[in-house]
Amino acid sequence: MESIQVDHVDKSFQSGKSPVEALKNITFNVKQGELFGLIGPDGAGKTTLFRILTTLMLADKGDAWVDGYHVVKDYEQIRKRVGYMPGRFSLYQDLTVEENLSFFATLFNTTLEENYELVKDIYVQIEPFKKRRAGALSGGMKQKLALSCALIHRPSVLFLDEPTTGVDAVSRQEFWQLLRGLQKQGITILVSTPYMDEASLCDRVALMQNGSIMKIDSPGGIISQFQKPLWAVQGDNMYQLMHDLRHDSRVDTCYPFGQYHHVTFNESTIDIESLKKEFQQKGVHSITIDRTEPTIEDCFMELMNQ
Amino acid sequence: MKQFFYFIQKEFYHLLRDRRTLFILFGMPVTQILIFGFALTNEVKNSRIAVLDLSKDEATRAIIHELEASRYFDIVENLNSYKELEPTFQAGKIRLAIVFPEQFQENLLHTNTSPIQLVADATDPNVANTLSTYAQAIIMDYQNSMRETNELPYRINTELRMLYNPQLKGSYNFVPGVMAMVLMLVGAMMTSISIVREKELGTMEIILVSPIVPIRVIVAKMIPYLLLSMVNIGSILLLSVYVLDVPIQGSLWLLVFECLLFTLTALSLGLLISSVSGSQQVAMLISLMGLFLPTVMFSGFMFPVENMPIPLQIISNVVPAKWFYYIVKDVMIKGTGFQTIWMETLVLAGMCVVLLVVSLKKFKVRLE
Amino acid sequence: MKEGTSISVSKLTKRFGHFTAVDAISFDVKEGEIFGFLGANGAGKTTAMRMLCGLSMPTSGEATVAGYDLYKQSEKIKKSIGYMSQKFSLYEDLTIKENNRFYGGIYGLSDKQINEKTEFMLHHLHLEDQANTLVKELPLGWKQKLSFSVSMIHDPKIVFLDEPTGGVDPLTRREFWTMIYEAAHRGTTVFVTTHYMDEAEYCDRVSIMVDGKIEALDTPSALTRQFKVQGMADVFVQLARKAKRSDN
Repeated sequence: MESIQVDHVDKSFQSGKSPVEALKNITFNVKQGELFGLIGPDGAGKTTLFRILTTLMLADKGDAWVDGYHVVKDYEQIRKRVGYMPGRFSLYQDLTVEENLSFFATLFNTTLEENYELVKDIYVQIEPFKKRRAGALSGGMKQKLALSCALIHRPSVLFLDEPTTGVDAVSRQEFWQLLRGLQKQGITILVSTPYMDEASLCDRVALMQNGSIMKIDSPGGIISQFQKPLWAVQGDNMYQLMHDLRHDSRVDTCYPFGQYHHVTFNESTIDIESLKKEFQQKGVHSITIDRTEPTIEDCFMELMNQ
Repeated sequence: MKQFFYFIQKEFYHLLRDRRTLFILFGMPVTQILIFGFALTNEVKNSRIAVLDLSKDEATRAIIHELEASRYFDIVENLNSYKELEPTFQAGKIRLAIVFPEQFQENLLHTNTSPIQLVADATDPNVANTLSTYAQAIIMDYQNSMRETNELPYRINTELRMLYNPQLKGSYNFVPGVMAMVLMLVGAMMTSISIVREKELGTMEIILVSPIVPIRVIVAKMIPYLLLSMVNIGSILLLSVYVLDVPIQGSLWLLVFECLLFTLTALSLGLLISSVSGSQQVAMLISLMGLFLPTVMFSGFMFPVENMPIPLQIISNVVPAKWFYYIVKDVMIKGTGFQTIWMETLVLAGMCVVLLVVSLKKFKVRLE
Repeated sequence: MKEGTSISVSKLTKRFGHFTAVDAISFDVKEGEIFGFLGANGAGKTTAMRMLCGLSMPTSGEATVAGYDLYKQSEKIKKSIGYMSQKFSLYEDLTIKENNRFYGGIYGLSDKQINEKTEFMLHHLHLEDQANTLVKELPLGWKQKLSFSVSMIHDPKIVFLDEPTGGVDPLTRREFWTMIYEAAHRGTTVFVTTHYMDEAEYCDRVSIMVDGKIEALDTPSALTRQFKVQGMADVFVQLARKAKRSDN
């Protein structure tokens, strides 16, 4: 069964003098119980898509259904059964953890006790601070509290708009573990993130850029469709090396990638040893050139260049 | 219903935990009343005056007695001749002298007119004006009481008699004015800020996505400020009755009802402001410039509307505070009943309904 | 200070009452090095960076920044450093030119210098036609590249970058890091504070702060070898999990 269906959705805004197309012909489906990621930089249209699906905004064109209900006609039904954590959501800073939770619980006509099983794993982590005001919590704790608030009424679909932005690596890792746990309880999760490395944690992802979806597949599927062999190149002078690589006619693309440069070539067979020698002559030493697995980020850039 | 009550509870948490704002909200009416009542008043109490009584008859003694009894005057000198007048003023001993000419009572009884000369130190024209008006009022009172005992068939109403405020008390004017100001500020500005803050926080998105009915969100947002306004009305009335001696002449319940009506108008305005502003600063600016200033300018308690150019007088009609100010003046100070203020009440009620409907319509079920 | 050292820190400490935000940290940053300064929320990296920028006085310890003493020459330090963060960057309601004029003016550049710099910058970023465009009308990626260029308008010896590339698309991010490499190649020291590990992997060396102390300092590849893990994220998680005060 499809939990979320989006069918040819368009949305544009008036920004200054010219209209900005925030969403262009968006179509995708999310299956029941799936952890689906919208991956794309700021301005890709992720938040607009979330707002349309959570009935906060009307699309210009196209239709969408959440849990079988139409986002415009049955918006009141949808509001009863979705959980939503908006981007940069910060809760009520002047209420305590406990007060925030019970406020959102009553808002959805429920109590913490009623759905304790669902939020238990998260709640035990924030329970020691339940008398503390939300404003005094660390970023990671705030995020867990926000997730508990979004979950408190046992939604069937959970919308998380950039939940890990501004949160440190430890908290991010814990957060994704929590999402996995929720998925096991049968909740469909649509999550957005600008961090490409988080894509591999989703069942399926849609890569978004400038209001369009460039590709929808499982992370593995996307990586397997990377068209050329990818090489990781390293040397003692990375800046010089990048400069030389980019000016080499055999090189198709060369992007800095942490400690390495990720390189694709125009020709299918490359003589690695002679390549090394050539760059050494230009003054870069201890060069290594190795085959490497592309990441989602490599694929994203490849799609952007198409 | 439970979600509704919890929503209100949450609003109270916000309100009570922001100590500084709360202090301002409760302190503002008190300080305003006290400032207007004592610091900015044009009343003058216990002013030193001199009397030059060249007649020394029953009538002059009676008037002097009245002057002495008034708490505005303190007779410090009894002069014996005109010559003493100037030096006494120059010495700064007095601010006003009252001169009874010779044969004062005789003239009064026979020719029915008799002059009294008021000499004021006009270096401060306002004080001089006020003092002479007070003195005139006291003299007129005496004159009227004389007429009553004489049973003359007709009487001339003196123009100088000060209607409803015989001593020209400043308090009478500004108590309704301060009420309008405070209610407008608490109702409109605080409500709009509290709604816009939720937009800024991002919590408004969650609230909209939740099953709670939007109208309940609005009512829950309004109730704390409605209560706060009521507390403020209470403190203003208590202060004015017990500290400033401005009594409530008319019906207290009518007054409270009218205050509620005005508060509701202010709350609807706040709601309307919240739907057009995206940030707390914008909401605050609109409230201050769009509501607070017109309340001060056009309600008539600072500047009389009748003296304004016609276009401004017309504009003043759309300011709810103007109507509220008339109503409160009538009920509280003149002591009139509903029959004299029904039109103003109707206008205010009409404004309230229109604003409430428009703001409810504008309150979005969705984001823009 | 040794030749070729840009930042030299020795036992630098900052206390707020009984709370030791930065606990006797020591490290050196070489000229032209890209130095990553990592730490979880609340580990003390912001406090440490504020001290290095001359915004806050240390409680104890020694430090020289760009050859100037932290205690006595903080005004000189401010003139020789640049600062850019994802949050704070340019005035959105001013044009590119106006932003340049403002920041150039702050650092005491002459009109001539500002004009030259602006022209060079616009040419370099291929924004020649946009000189009079309001910053808010530019795409996010351009804004970030521009704001990096503006932070370099006075040719600082050191540039501090605070989470510089959060939220931008991968291509723009590469262009951005290419600009940083260029700057480092020209001899500018680049000091990056971030808690995004993918940003950390671009640095020549990284330090990781936990509870006010520096718990690890080396090249990313040496650290991943030392901790026997795949990437910097795992190194970070292993260290940061030991933190006791992350929730204060």
